[in-house]
Amino acid sequence: MTLGLINANPIVHAKKERVARCEDPHCDFVRDIRDPEHPYSLEQLSVLSEESITVDDKLGRILITFTPTIQHCSMATVIGLCLRVKLQECFPPHYKVDIKVSPGSHADEEAVNKQLNDKERVAAALENPNLRQLVDECLYSNEL
Amino acid sequence: MDFDDEGSNFELKEIQTLSGHTDRVWSLAWNPATGTDDAQPVIASCSGDKTVRIWERSALTRSWDCKAVLEETHTRTVRSCTWSPSGKLLATASFDATTAIWENVGGDFQCVSTLEGHENEVKSVSWNASESLLATCSRDKTVWIWEVMPGNEFECASVLQGHTQDVKMIKWHPTMDILFSCSYDNTIKVWAEDDTGDWHCIQTIVSGHSSTVWAISFNAGGDKMVTCSDDLTLKVWEADIEGMRSGNNQVLWKHLSTLSGYHDRTIFSVHWSREGIIASGAADDAIRFFVESKDSVVDGPSYRLLLKKEKAHDMDVNVVQWSPGENRVMASASDDGTIKIWELATSSN
Repeated sequence: MTLGLINANPIVHAKKERVARCEDPHCDFVRDIRDPEHPYSLEQLSVLSEESITVDDKLGRILITFTPTIQHCSMATVIGLCLRVKLQECFPPHYKVDIKVSPGSHADEEAVNKQLNDKERVAAALENPNLRQLVDECLYSNEL
Repeated sequence: MDFDDEGSNFELKEIQTLSGHTDRVWSLAWNPATGTDDAQPVIASCSGDKTVRIWERSALTRSWDCKAVLEETHTRTVRSCTWSPSGKLLATASFDATTAIWENVGGDFQCVSTLEGHENEVKSVSWNASESLLATCSRDKTVWIWEVMPGNEFECASVLQGHTQDVKMIKWHPTMDILFSCSYDNTIKVWAEDDTGDWHCIQTIVSGHSSTVWAISFNAGGDKMVTCSDDLTLKVWEADIEGMRSGNNQVLWKHLSTLSGYHDRTIFSVHWSREGIIASGAADDAIRFFVESKDSVVDGPSYRLLLKKEKAHDMDVNVVQWSPGENRVMASASDDGTIKIWELATSSN
């Protein structure tokens, strides 16, 4: 893919003590998704935090916001895809998921958000074997 | 048709649910040659499961059955399908970057041609009224026009560039050889052929929708069209049809009306019935119906909501299509993997 890492020296935080925020234990698993470029989780890199996931069980809607480590992060769409795939696994299929970068955290915020929430583009991307492999590595490498 | 006078209680009755696809159903098309006294209605549907299914309603039981599964051809999601006006051929557009042409040979559907050329996912395919041209569009930002030659041969006549993003849908005007495209770039483009046989863009509607335009549909007369978008609105446009008929390529489509405040999630599909009822399918699992309102005080017609069917499906509604044969019969398809046949009925007061 790319020749060098986009963000070679990320700031790494210690894992927070987990407080069960919602009854569904699956909510916590999202934070363990591995960053596409580093062997750290999205939570450790402050890409996701407790406040960034909102679940409305009545309407069946989920809003997740994440903060890419740097303003021009081109991995933002990959992170967004990973989040979507993980959430699809954790929640019943009728839940609607909206994924956004946190306001002001990315130079192409609108463009990234648009792509992440275009269901046709997401479906086509996940049919791309290379992209699918990268997503799977981010999601499952911790289990190896 | 004046819907304000009819018994004001409309309901959408579910006739049947067609199951079989093993992934989301992206689109469907009624065979235009069926649904008459002689020929039972036929629907083609296409899915993320890479197959196309042909469904037919039994004359005896009035129940829909799956007659054929067209598989082992497309290697990725089949995104769109459409019958030729005569009903003899079926075109299917796929994320595998090809468009397949199928013919019903004695009850067996065979792939008689494969159109290649797009660089990536083909999103939509459309036949013109005389069946002499086929158009396809893709995430590669281009629209291709193909000439239909004898013996199921297809020749690329033009590659139209202009959209700056993914082209979501293309649709030929119902009577004239004018092509319309809508895109992720938020615009709608109108394409026509000039005297030298070259195709080019004669109009770009830029200040219309503020997000991806997903679909286009024309009214029966062909002088109006409705578009739907990720910006949560439907927009109605009109043009001088007589001017268009006399070959004037300078005729422009003008904004007539915007229907906003009715949808709170992306509208994926819109279809205008022969009678004038606009149906929409959206990401909130609902199907809505709109008609022209005679109560408008502003100049020009406005539209009102006739009925909202919540939870029409368990997941996003990807397509709504009125039956070409029977009055007020409609089909819809969803991420939930099903197709539903409906009848828009009035409950007598």
